[in-house]
Amino acid sequence: MEALIALSIGVLTACGVYLALRGRTFPVVLGLTFLSYAVNLFLFAMGRLAIGRPPVIRAAAVAELAYADPLPQALVLTAIVIGFAMTAFVIVLALKARAELGNDHVDGVD
Amino acid sequence: MNLLFTILTPFLGAILVAWISRCGRSHAAWAAGGVGLAALAWLSPLASGPFSGMTHIQRIAWMPAVGLDLAFRLDGLGLLFAGLILGIGLLVILYARYYLSERDSLGRLYAYLLLFMGAMLGVVLSENLIQLLMFWELTSLSSFLLIGYWREREQARQGARMALAVTGAGGLALLGGILLLGEITGSYELSVILASGDLIRAHPLYLPALVLVLLGAFTKSAQFPFHFWLPHAMAAPTPVSAYLHSATLVKAGVFLLARLFPALSGTWEWSHLVGGVGLLTLSIGAFTALFKHDLKGLLAYSTLSHLGLITLLFGIGTPLAAVAGVFHIINHAIFKASLFMAAGIIDHETGSRDMRRINGLWRFMPHTATLAMVAAAAMAGVPLFNGFLSKEMLFAESASLATQMRFGWILPLGVTVAGIFAVAYSLRFVHDVFFNGDPIDLPRTPREPPHWMKVPVEVLVLLCLLVGIFPGQTVEPILAVAAAGVLGRPPPAHDLAIWHGFSPALWMSVIALVGGALLYGARRPLFAWHERHEGRLDARRVYEALQRALFAFARKVTRLLDVGSLQRMLALFLSFTLLLGWAGGEMSGAVGNDTALTGPRALLPVDGVSGLVAVALVVVSLAVVALHRRRFTALVLIGVVGLLVSLIFVKFSAPDLALTQLSVEVVTVVLLLLALYFLPQHTPRESRPSRRARDAALALAAGGGMGTLAWAVLTRPYSGIGDWFLANSVPGGGGRNVVNVILVDFRGFDTLGEITVLALAGLAIHAMLESTRLEGPRQDADGRAWNRDAHPAIMASFARLLLPLALLVSAFILLRGHNLPGGGFIAGLVTAAALIMQYLANGVEWTHSRLPGNLHPVIGAGLAIATLTGLGSLFLGHPFLTSTFGHVAWLGDVELASAMIFDLGVYLVVVGATLLILIHLGLMHRKDSGSETAAVPEARRWKP
Repeated sequence: MEALIALSIGVLTACGVYLALRGRTFPVVLGLTFLSYAVNLFLFAMGRLAIGRPPVIRAAAVAELAYADPLPQALVLTAIVIGFAMTAFVIVLALKARAELGNDHVDGVD
Repeated sequence: MNLLFTILTPFLGAILVAWISRCGRSHAAWAAGGVGLAALAWLSPLASGPFSGMTHIQRIAWMPAVGLDLAFRLDGLGLLFAGLILGIGLLVILYARYYLSERDSLGRLYAYLLLFMGAMLGVVLSENLIQLLMFWELTSLSSFLLIGYWREREQARQGARMALAVTGAGGLALLGGILLLGEITGSYELSVILASGDLIRAHPLYLPALVLVLLGAFTKSAQFPFHFWLPHAMAAPTPVSAYLHSATLVKAGVFLLARLFPALSGTWEWSHLVGGVGLLTLSIGAFTALFKHDLKGLLAYSTLSHLGLITLLFGIGTPLAAVAGVFHIINHAIFKASLFMAAGIIDHETGSRDMRRINGLWRFMPHTATLAMVAAAAMAGVPLFNGFLSKEMLFAESASLATQMRFGWILPLGVTVAGIFAVAYSLRFVHDVFFNGDPIDLPRTPREPPHWMKVPVEVLVLLCLLVGIFPGQTVEPILAVAAAGVLGRPPPAHDLAIWHGFSPALWMSVIALVGGALLYGARRPLFAWHERHEGRLDARRVYEALQRALFAFARKVTRLLDVGSLQRMLALFLSFTLLLGWAGGEMSGAVGNDTALTGPRALLPVDGVSGLVAVALVVVSLAVVALHRRRFTALVLIGVVGLLVSLIFVKFSAPDLALTQLSVEVVTVVLLLLALYFLPQHTPRESRPSRRARDAALALAAGGGMGTLAWAVLTRPYSGIGDWFLANSVPGGGGRNVVNVILVDFRGFDTLGEITVLALAGLAIHAMLESTRLEGPRQDADGRAWNRDAHPAIMASFARLLLPLALLVSAFILLRGHNLPGGGFIAGLVTAAALIMQYLANGVEWTHSRLPGNLHPVIGAGLAIATLTGLGSLFLGHPFLTSTFGHVAWLGDVELASAMIFDLGVYLVVVGATLLILIHLGLMHRKDSGSETAAVPEARRWKP
């Protein structure tokens, strides 16, 4: 399972980097979205993988290993929301650039 | 706490005054005066302390774990300076009320002045040196604002920039010096540092520390060779000059010399550096002042020379010289403030500051002329005026040193020559302005100023006379305690009498007075000579050349790296990052070493569904890249990727993340769809194959690196701090959903920061879109015209039916978030998605008329609720954002925690910011087409 997650993170990163290196704004925004998926998953994976052990306290469970690490999850939760704010900001920046410069190239020169 | 409040009052008052000034100029003046008096009132109960030999130290624990306290100190020196800052500050506030014209904002000037006043008070009342440095930097910043007050004037901006650059650089040097002092003594507390003078002077780091501290003091006090910024700072309004250049800003430098006198003085290096620089500045200032035709220019160079005089006195280093230095600080503050104010009156009433044109003003304003003449006499050092006393002390000190060292004779010679020039320029100030024929071609006919504009000058001039005639009864007590504060022990016996008998000092005074008069008499050939040689030596040119060289260098470096291509920058950045990662792996021996890569942790078994999801993720991601030129297709596919990622969260025990990812995915896709409407539907094929190959290689390397790293981490066991949160979530936070409890309780402060960022992003997008006009396309990607039909009835009806249900679900998610997966972030996103649905299904017009269009209050309310929850606990005596919880029986057994109110704030901010972003993008469409109004006919509108 760990190999699959590592593979997913790798593929998401590679796709993100390739798209971020494109010359038009829209693919770059898609690339940034990919990169935030990859980074979020990577951060999440720092807490290691656990199946069927959500960090919600249950009366029956006592063993320490009963729960996944909640800290990376809390970190990633806000990161997802902030990532949305960033995507929104960048895409609006792209719209603004298009309105002001008349093209959608990242350098503002067609 | 009094000292803290003394310093805080002007800072808070600045905001108050800026706000009140909208009610009128007099309101602003009264408020500013009130603030000054309030600060004085906080200080006054402690004022008796230094007189009885006590040093008052107040400490407020700030970060006790790292030994950082807010520490304030009130001794004689601090008291003297605080008194000067507040006293002259109040006079300047009164004066500025009449000086500034109706066009200039008085509130802004007062706000800056009060900021500056607070910063200065902070400098003189700090016990901790790091804290002192913070206030020191604040004085640089606020004086930048003050000097550049007339921001529409090129000269003012230039002067302000120069002052900031020079004093800011000095501040950096001072920071270095303070860190070294802390290193030597092991403490940043003044009481420790002042007591360990012998340790500091014997330490090998003494010289670097001394030089760095002196750089700070000399730049601030405009000592040679950093003196050039001060005359350029004269572009400030005159009340500002009167304040900055008499009692405050430039005195901060000499204050520092006085403050650290017991710790640093008494060595060969100190006396030669400080004394030498002081003597040079004294002479250069006095010499240049004589030739300045600008009234304020003359006063500026005179200020330089007097600062040099004070520096020289501290440089001489004997206790008696230090007493004289403190005395001259007082005297100079008094007479220079009054002279600047008089110059301001003259400027105000004649419209000119050029001494070649303003002549013979005696006839027009005899009252002002008398005041200015008294102050000028004090500046020249004429007996019976205060300047005479401290200057004679300097003469006496320099004469007694003349025989004690090699080249000692330079000292009395230098100060006497400087004295001659001081008398000459003072004489010129009086003679040129008030006599010497008639005014030449003045813009205005001069007359006496309003009564209250003269009052501050009268007060100061009266002080000049009182101190000059009755020194023992007036200035002696405060001088004694201030000198004790400088020396750290009772000052030596000193006699402030006017008549000391026929001493060398008296003869030097006589030579200065007579010589000055003669020099002024011979001014015509002297001026002609000076005009021929003017501008040969100008430190400003050096400064400007340095600045130009620096800018040119910076441009060169920038051009080397940045060719205006984001792609190239990004490729460089990535390559460098990869290189670093590779180097790190190489050094640790992990590269090409399989055992180092894979850790011992037991792996989880792969099941079929997971394998399928992973394969789907890889395939769809690659498809996005392959099809990214067809933007709409790529967008749909990336939505699929997001959903697959949320499935990963579901699988690996992160229900909160899965919910968040799912709802964020929905709003992101809607957002990108809205934006795509205004962008080209296709990406042209532009990059050459070689470029694509390079990018693919970079992408593969980056992906491979991340994947390998993730693998290496995932196969290793670890122990984190997660267990603590698991153990304390229920007993400490009152909630069973640990992720939510971390967000709203344990790390609530971080979350507060994050929702603030979210709110800011929403507002920034709002601001960007407000002034943007975008042209939508006429047809879609395949050349079909855009469909302008009404919104489909089935979707519209279903969306409306779904809305209450969706809102109910989000309320449920919000409420249960503390104990089960959910919470403010997720509930906010669900609400936002539900409302966006209405926009999509029913059109912008229909929805906009039924929803509150202005979302700023929602965001504001959310932030306010979150902050107030935190402040509530502060109010109850707990640290910020401490939560409490209890059980409520009336709805079954519901556990309610105060952190849930915080979560409500999070919810509101998320709803507000998300909707703000999406709705404003949606409204762009309406601006663009204008035809949506007819989307749903009036008769078919459903009104709840």
